[in-house]
Amino acid sequence: MYLSRRAKILLASLTFGTLSFIYIPLLVVALNSFNPSRTFSWPPQSLSTVWWGRLTESNGVLPAIASSIKVGLGATAIALILGTCIAFAVSRYSFYGKNTLSLLVIFPIALPGIITGIALNTTFHTLLDPLNKQLALWTVVVGHATFCIVVVYNNVLARLRRLGQSLEEASQDLGANIFQTFRYITFPLVRSALVAGGLLAFALSFDEIVVTTFTAGPGTQTLPQWIFNNLFRPNQAPIVNVVATMLIVLFIFPVWLSQRISQDGSAGGRL
Amino acid sequence: MRTKKIVIASFAALGLAIASATAGVAASLPNIAALKTLGKGEGSLNIIVWAGYAENGSNDKTVDWVNPFTKATGCKVNAKTAGTSDEMVSLMKTGGYDGVSASGDASLRLIYGGQVAPVNTALVPNYKTISPFLKMQQWNSAGGKMYGIPHGWGANVLAYNAAKVKKPTSWSVVFDANSPYKGAITAYDSPIYIADAAVYLMSTKPALKITNPYSLDKTQLAAAVALLKVQKKNVGEYWSDYTKSVQSFESGNTLLGSSWQVIANTINGDKKVTVSSVVPKEGATGWSDTWMISAKAQHPNCMYQWMNWITSPTVNAQVAEYFGEAPSQTLACSHTADKAFCTTYHATDAAYAKKIWYWTTPTTSCLDGRGNICTDYAAWTQAWTSIKG
Amino acid sequence: MRNNRINTWLYRHKGARAALLLALPVLWLAVAYLGSLVVMLVSSLWSVDSFTGNTVHSLSFTNFHTLITQRVYSTIAIRSITVAVAVTLIDGLLAIPIALFISKVLKPKFRSVVIAFVLVPLWASYLVKTYAWRSMFSDGGVISWALKPFGLHGPGFGLPATTITLAYLWLPYMILPIYAGLDRLPNTLLEASSDLGASARRTFTSIILPIIYPAIIAGSIFTFSLSLGDYIVVKIVGGTTQLVANVIADNVGTAGNLPFAAAMALLPIGTILGYLFIVRRSGALENF
Repeated sequence: MYLSRRAKILLASLTFGTLSFIYIPLLVVALNSFNPSRTFSWPPQSLSTVWWGRLTESNGVLPAIASSIKVGLGATAIALILGTCIAFAVSRYSFYGKNTLSLLVIFPIALPGIITGIALNTTFHTLLDPLNKQLALWTVVVGHATFCIVVVYNNVLARLRRLGQSLEEASQDLGANIFQTFRYITFPLVRSALVAGGLLAFALSFDEIVVTTFTAGPGTQTLPQWIFNNLFRPNQAPIVNVVATMLIVLFIFPVWLSQRISQDGSAGGRL
Repeated sequence: MRTKKIVIASFAALGLAIASATAGVAASLPNIAALKTLGKGEGSLNIIVWAGYAENGSNDKTVDWVNPFTKATGCKVNAKTAGTSDEMVSLMKTGGYDGVSASGDASLRLIYGGQVAPVNTALVPNYKTISPFLKMQQWNSAGGKMYGIPHGWGANVLAYNAAKVKKPTSWSVVFDANSPYKGAITAYDSPIYIADAAVYLMSTKPALKITNPYSLDKTQLAAAVALLKVQKKNVGEYWSDYTKSVQSFESGNTLLGSSWQVIANTINGDKKVTVSSVVPKEGATGWSDTWMISAKAQHPNCMYQWMNWITSPTVNAQVAEYFGEAPSQTLACSHTADKAFCTTYHATDAAYAKKIWYWTTPTTSCLDGRGNICTDYAAWTQAWTSIKG
Repeated sequence: MRNNRINTWLYRHKGARAALLLALPVLWLAVAYLGSLVVMLVSSLWSVDSFTGNTVHSLSFTNFHTLITQRVYSTIAIRSITVAVAVTLIDGLLAIPIALFISKVLKPKFRSVVIAFVLVPLWASYLVKTYAWRSMFSDGGVISWALKPFGLHGPGFGLPATTITLAYLWLPYMILPIYAGLDRLPNTLLEASSDLGASARRTFTSIILPIIYPAIIAGSIFTFSLSLGDYIVVKIVGGTTQLVANVIADNVGTAGNLPFAAAMALLPIGTILGYLFIVRRSGALENF
């Protein structure tokens, strides 16, 4: 094209270098999941699948994964609803405080998680202490949904801006009412943006530790919390590596799929 | 523009209103009643514990006294491990826990903060045979009432990698500016560690006239801070999570430093590195732990059953041996696997127990009776941040 | 039909439609979330009884006085901002070539695969990745093992290790917006530029860079704020280093001094809000 061969080779080698930088620690993790030594001396003296077998025996990892999935699904559902509402409102209407709202949506993800966590924790305690109730799984869901909204909002907004309103107007000209238009025209067109946004929101929630620490009650434990508690334990740390490797492998396909789905120019989903 | 200002102002007002919801507590002894009678177990229990106090087999299959407890009482245990007394006080304030294994530098704060209730010792049969020198002490009782069940006590030891470090006899190996182990030293990450520096200064700088490492006036505190700032240059990592300390020793990043016996025991159990421990000649700080029950406990019956279980002869012996501390239960001595355990740890030696400087919360009112010239824990906390830099 | 009547009413009242859409989100974000933030910031004017740990609800500026007079806090603040800026620069330098390569050099059918490879690490647990770096930086880990033949030493735990690990963690968040921006850049522009005789480097500096500038800013918002707010990475690979977020976390979690933590939190909040307001004009916020 317009890039000289030399430039292309330079870019290719830089890309390869960056990808290696990205994947070397992951390979260390995967390799350590096969390292029978409990202290991960490097290089590993031998390889064995002993930790993979212990996964089911492990204390608490399976309930933790279940909790994380529940929280992720809840937070994604809420984020999908709220994010879509805001996206529609911002792209189609003008109202008092529109600029402030579009800035406000970014706050939960722009401000450090510890601040969101502390703020929500204080509010929850103020509301729940008089009722003698504790932080629970739902408080975690609320915390996660708050910073997941922006992910869905960005994806849907980008799609709505590109779509324009002509198709919807045509549909209404042809006699469909608002609900029918949404169901048959708008929704199918924004669906892939919802999928991309939803997947990214689920990923953010699944891996979140900071806000979770401040919004989870004593009986709740999500996967990141379990990992944090067992990261340094000699008997549990190898299982952490196994879980991490498993997650990486498990999610290659869905991530690639969501890339394909949102391929029509929205370039890889928006953060 | 004006509407914007009104909106912002009303937010601030709303904020102030909501935020004034919780009331503060005065520094006098709160009036909280102890449980009168023991009822049926509630089925679950949330406790805050020091590492190694509530083992359920996940660290070592043979070390488990939590599952037998659940089997015997039906109370399912949810144990949250905390790394420092500060964390414990903070967690207790959230109100979601039934009890805590409080050291002396947390217990009084919890009592006067209204977080814990007095204990009805008649409901805990094993209390009768607990070492008498642990009952009704300054750190676990107030207003003539006992606020907990003693668990055990011990010293903060100097742990060292036996292969790479010559057996130390003095804390100077970690405090000396020219220590040969620069970069591989560890220290406890809590403001209370200032007391360890003060203990060292009691021997090395008697001119400072420190009589109690928790009663430091401004000059004495400044001297301790100076010593710790020198030490900071040689410290590789501070620790509060005991598993991180274990991993640090095992990977060779840390060679020696202030530690707990349970850390040395865990490392030696892994057989990768051998760690020995010693109480140096200057003496040591330590802790005397008490199980306390929350004033807002949702599962008080399970908590009482736990307090009775953990101080029973066999279980108290198990915990003490696993952790490496002196058991509070006098009858535990005949149940330890190592028959000389109680002798090694001076478990029933009241005179020896008096020599350890147990963690105590520093207050402006000097603990050695000099008046109101001492520095309090808030000052220590700020000093600690400035030490770490 | 009742449905029809609702529909007609909604159609005629545009404001009602907007209000219905906005009711729930505004309640959530503006009232619940923003309200919580305000309450937390107000609490920075309180203090804590040093003995019992209970909050004393009387207004005072002691927290701010401490932050300003004790030099250690400004040292920590400068250190944290420097780390955040360094991480942003490193990530920017790493992200641009790879984004350029994927969007302009790779054939379209390979793009989603390679982008998926860039994104997959986001799914590996943040904690595990940090821990992997800890084992790599530790004595006898991968880095010292790789540097030994050259007679060099790894940096060990500390500020450099923290910066490298943070740069590693947030790299995908910088690559994605830049890639999106480049993808939107029509190739015709680039062809026209080369037709007019510009070298690749000139095209890059005069055409590409100005157009993806908002995207770079968008990515920088992530890397900057994520670095400024992180306290876990420094605890794992930072050795004895303290950053702003540590002081906040330590004061909330361990010392139980929420008012002081809230006062300290004003630094990252103020910095990030300030940065957001500045870059709003550049259109970066549209680029998220």
